[in-house]
Amino acid sequence: MNAIEVEGISKHYGSLRAVDGVSLSIESGTIFGLLGPNGAGKTTLIAMLVTMRRPTSGSARVNGFDITKQADSVRKSIGIVFQDPSLDDELTARENLELHAAMYAVPKQVRHGRIEEVIKLVGLEKHLKQQVKTFSGGMKRRLEIARGLVHHPKILFLDEPTIGLDPQTRAGIWDYIKKLNEKEGITIILTTHYMDEADSTCQRVGIIDSGKIIALDTPENLKNTLGGDVISIKCGGTDQCVNEISQLKWVKGAVKHGGFVDVRVEKGEEKIPKILRLMEQHGIPVESVSLHKPSLDDVFLHYTGKTIREDEAGPRDAMRLRRRAWGHRK
Amino acid sequence: MNREIEGIYALWKRELITFARSKSRVIGSLGMPFFFLAILGTGLNNAFPLPTGGNYLQFITPGIIGMVLMFGSMFSGIIVLMDRQFGFLKETLVAPISRLSIVVGKALGGATTAMIQGTIIMVIALFLGAQIQILDVAMLFAFMFLISIMFVSLGIAIASTLQDMHGFQLIMNFMIMPLFFLSGALFPLSSAPEPLRIISMLDPLTYGVNGLRFILLGHSDVSFGVSLAVTSAFTVVFIAIAMYLFNRIEE
Repeated sequence: MNAIEVEGISKHYGSLRAVDGVSLSIESGTIFGLLGPNGAGKTTLIAMLVTMRRPTSGSARVNGFDITKQADSVRKSIGIVFQDPSLDDELTARENLELHAAMYAVPKQVRHGRIEEVIKLVGLEKHLKQQVKTFSGGMKRRLEIARGLVHHPKILFLDEPTIGLDPQTRAGIWDYIKKLNEKEGITIILTTHYMDEADSTCQRVGIIDSGKIIALDTPENLKNTLGGDVISIKCGGTDQCVNEISQLKWVKGAVKHGGFVDVRVEKGEEKIPKILRLMEQHGIPVESVSLHKPSLDDVFLHYTGKTIREDEAGPRDAMRLRRRAWGHRK
Repeated sequence: MNREIEGIYALWKRELITFARSKSRVIGSLGMPFFFLAILGTGLNNAFPLPTGGNYLQFITPGIIGMVLMFGSMFSGIIVLMDRQFGFLKETLVAPISRLSIVVGKALGGATTAMIQGTIIMVIALFLGAQIQILDVAMLFAFMFLISIMFVSLGIAIASTLQDMHGFQLIMNFMIMPLFFLSGALFPLSSAPEPLRIISMLDPLTYGVNGLRFILLGHSDVSFGVSLAVTSAFTVVFIAIAMYLFNRIEE
């Protein structure tokens, strides 16, 4: 059974096609990652799936319910963790969960049990009576995940679940997400900037750029299609470098990004001396060379021609990061 | 249906909890009306004879109660903006309850907290020596509720059109204060100059204050029947506008 079926869905804002004819299906019980640069259409696609936005055209079914005709049924069957914090800071953790349970019509008899259950899942059982404004950024995130689970959704949507958190807390959050998926069998659909984390967490990923899905597979398969090794060269004159290298017949691809040129080849260790010689012949100064197996970053670069690093985040994301970092008080 | 009522109840409860927790808001909201009563009211008590008879403290008590109801409920409505800015609004908007229920829960919560504040200031007025008599307790609270719902709705309507809290000060100075001063809370409209009296007749709070004055003092510039009718009409209109504008909020 598929948790999500999307057929030719589009969302236009004036002449901008934020999402442009996306079709996609996600099997129940998987962790699916939606990856894309800022403004690629990730958030818009998710907003349509959770019935916050109506599609311009096309249709989608979530847990078998149509997102436009059965929005209420969709909402009851999914949990959402937003990119921006959405807790009431003045309320305690328990009060936040109770309010959520009431709005999602969790029967009164089971409410107490559910709250105990989800709070243990994220390890916050000692903080139930505390006001949320005393929580750290990571604790708030965990509480939001717990809240998304109170009404026992079949699918949990997580929009950038780890943005703005320190690496240790991030690792913790991913552990909780994996545990949820394994123990509870919940389908998880997430977006993230962190490619290595997507790689180690997601069973399948979709890469979205300019509103279109351009790659869809397991991280393993995506990396394998790139094949061989990646040689990263830091040099002056990246344009000339790409030109020269592309002419070599054993080169499978060369792209520049920042001050680097990434070259895909087989048996990379044997090709480094050849490349260095070529650079010297053309008088291109080389600062450093490194060799690695393709990562999801390389896959991303291959398909979109861009990298997805955090330091490329726009001003709005920068503000979000700061707000999280400061614990974001009222 | 049951689900919607549960949601409304939960949102109402949230308003009360938040209100009870923010002591500065409770105390802050009672500060200004207290000074109006204690200083202006007692200071001017024997300064001049009122056309309506009675003393000044007694005269402004219903006006100050009306002011507290308006300030409290407008503020509760406008707080929707803060919910929006701090993300909580999103959580309610994606829940499987209707927007009508969200507005109703919010409005009932805001009205309840405003009525608590109004009742506190009424008790304070009694302690300061205001001679008021409650003709009908049920009618008093029903009328206080009506005034509160009217202004919470107005607050929600305003909050739904603003993007952030920057406009709040503007609304405070150019909307809430004039509405208060024009309502005849502090002076009898019957002896006011003609143009002022005409403008006052457009102010929803005028009818709220006059209705309260009739219930508490037994006389008013505008008859009780008219006050009740006009307040009810404004309430219905403001609820409709609030619903319409709140429905248009994206996300």
